[in-house]
Amino acid sequence: MAALRCFLRSGKGAVSVLLRRELHATAPASAQVMVRDALNQAMDEELERDERVFLLGEEVAQYDGAYKVSRGLWKKYGDKRIIDTPITEVMCDSVLAPPPQAGLRPICEFMTFNFSMQAIDQVINSAAKTYYMSAGLQPVPIVFRGPNGASAGVAAQHSQCFAAWYGHCPGLKVISPWSAEDCKGLLKSAIRDDNPVVFLENELMYGVPFEMSEEAQSKDFTIPIGKAKIERPGSHITLVSHSRFVGHCLDAAAVLAKEGIECEVINLRTIRPLDVECIEGSVMKTNHLVTVEGGWPQFGVGAEICARIMEGPAFNYLDAPAVRVTGVDIPMPYAKILEDNSIPQIKDIIFSVKKTLNV
Amino acid sequence: FCVCVFVVSRSYADFTPQATFDIKKCEVHRLEEGPAGKAELTREQGLQYYRTMQTIRRMELRADQLYKQKIIRGFCHLYDGQEACAVGIESAINPSDHLITAYRSHGYTYTRGVSVKEILAELTGRKGGVAKGKGGSMHMYAPHFYGGNGIVGAQIPLGAGIALACQYQGNNQVCVTLYGDGAANQGQLFESFNMAALWKLPCIFICENNRYGMGTSVERASASTDYYMRGDFIPGIRVDGMDVLCVREATKFAADHCRAGKGPIVMELQTYRYHGHSMSDPGVSYRTREEIQEVRSKSDPISLLKERMLSSNMASAEEFKVIDVEIRKEVEEAAQFATSDPEPPLEELCNHIFYNEAPIEVRGTNPWSKLKSVS
Repeated sequence: MAALRCFLRSGKGAVSVLLRRELHATAPASAQVMVRDALNQAMDEELERDERVFLLGEEVAQYDGAYKVSRGLWKKYGDKRIIDTPITEVMCDSVLAPPPQAGLRPICEFMTFNFSMQAIDQVINSAAKTYYMSAGLQPVPIVFRGPNGASAGVAAQHSQCFAAWYGHCPGLKVISPWSAEDCKGLLKSAIRDDNPVVFLENELMYGVPFEMSEEAQSKDFTIPIGKAKIERPGSHITLVSHSRFVGHCLDAAAVLAKEGIECEVINLRTIRPLDVECIEGSVMKTNHLVTVEGGWPQFGVGAEICARIMEGPAFNYLDAPAVRVTGVDIPMPYAKILEDNSIPQIKDIIFSVKKTLNV
Repeated sequence: FCVCVFVVSRSYADFTPQATFDIKKCEVHRLEEGPAGKAELTREQGLQYYRTMQTIRRMELRADQLYKQKIIRGFCHLYDGQEACAVGIESAINPSDHLITAYRSHGYTYTRGVSVKEILAELTGRKGGVAKGKGGSMHMYAPHFYGGNGIVGAQIPLGAGIALACQYQGNNQVCVTLYGDGAANQGQLFESFNMAALWKLPCIFICENNRYGMGTSVERASASTDYYMRGDFIPGIRVDGMDVLCVREATKFAADHCRAGKGPIVMELQTYRYHGHSMSDPGVSYRTREEIQEVRSKSDPISLLKERMLSSNMASAEEFKVIDVEIRKEVEEAAQFATSDPEPPLEELCNHIFYNEAPIEVRGTNPWSKLKSVS
């Protein structure tokens, strides 16, 4: 278990994650695709499909991307479509363009979302709100993407999760994918969407391979924004998560299954709009809910899910209070032992499940 | 803008159809030469500039009244005194060029094609407003006009981005990106300068220096008040912003510079606002009434143009009076509309969150309140 976690943490995912294989049916002509490559494919396909799409960000072109997500794109598409910018987040995300018919569809890469704070005014005030303020005159088709949340040993200023911050704002769509399939399908949908989309990737997931079906590998494969996915059906308790922690939930579910506890694991895929119906349907079946996220507890994604469950029909089906498993409410420390204990571990999920089920 | 057009109208055969005026020579930065010291003006152009400036003036003064009557709420930053800037710039660019400015935007909203009626109705928050009442004073948009932006300086990188789009599409268009003397100290301006110069974006950065950022005079805010030089490696011109012809010639010069692929250019328009920063600022605690009076009597942009035309016999005083009356009527009708038009219906509260999307449900103020949002 510890060794497995080590692999996941360092992102050197040359070895397939064993626990995944049994959950994804191996279809004909399916392939093992790393998250990084899925993202690359998505951008490549969309750049080819629509001349108005272009990518800009720090080191995306000649360096092939700080995390190599845009590898090969500059060689293929050149200076006009893949643009290296100076270190200036504000300008990077200000590529507001004339209306979609005549205008451009930029993909703006933040090296990490921590740096997006430098430009968050533009994301919120110039991108998210503009269509509303102009009463429909000025749409903003732009994608902001980059790694979000904790990495490994990068300390406090480089480890924050922004799902809750961006998820708070109307006018934005916020996506937090987990698997390679999620990344490819959702990034394509994000690029094709005529509205501002914040696409929160995860650095530790970049090197993790997933089985991708033939269908998922096709050029027209998109996943609708705003729909969650039940990664593992179960009957005793619902686990809701997003991004990397979906994997942790599945790991915890595998351990719990040996004790006869069947967890239903929901991969949110999209933070905003939240697929409440999916969660409600599940809770109404299992009667128990635990949310799992990497971000801080206060005013976070889990808090929102619990509030919505309280306000909706699923409340009456709960046999125990819904609880949240979150990152520890502190700035991220550096030392490995401290860092490891600052984010949810599989044992924390197992513990919370058992407490909720009172076993 | 067009070359000499000799307008000969039978009933006005006595008037000079065209004249050349001396304009103040622009100080230049990193340029061999600036715009010429002379400008040609036809009778037709002159009357049009007068009409446009006067319309903006009267519209702003009417907004002042409506604000004092509490029919306009919130923020209201008036443009009177600065009309020559908006009109001069518009006369030098094409409708297909792009323009973005900050919150003192009513003048530009008008020159970019929105009617007085739609502007005033937006200020009063009615459904007939250009943004259907959802934007207000600082958020008015039109084709190739990107507002109206409330965050000081945020519009600058946006303008550079629009210039990037022009370059990307190879359409020979330019983007005029306006900001004030206050915003001239914002970091994002310098980020934009760097990228625009690096990539030779067709962006005309224009600083409307009206001497005060809210209540802080330029001397108290800027280590260097030579705003036309602040672009450092970007060439700059300092322009008399009270003279519509000077603004026009400088903007033409700047647009030619950008269209020739030489990259961005900075213009500083030395101008003045009669009102305070906004309607909640009387405007006299940080400057003297004498100063305001002096500018009004010696440098008013509308008077300057009118005197020029009268002294060159390009038009008669009566003609100007007729125009004034027409404008007054137009503005009054617009104000009438702006006060009588209904507010936007509550059903539209949640509309326009997303573009090109199926209707979505939006949570209201309480869990039982489920509202609908249409694209």
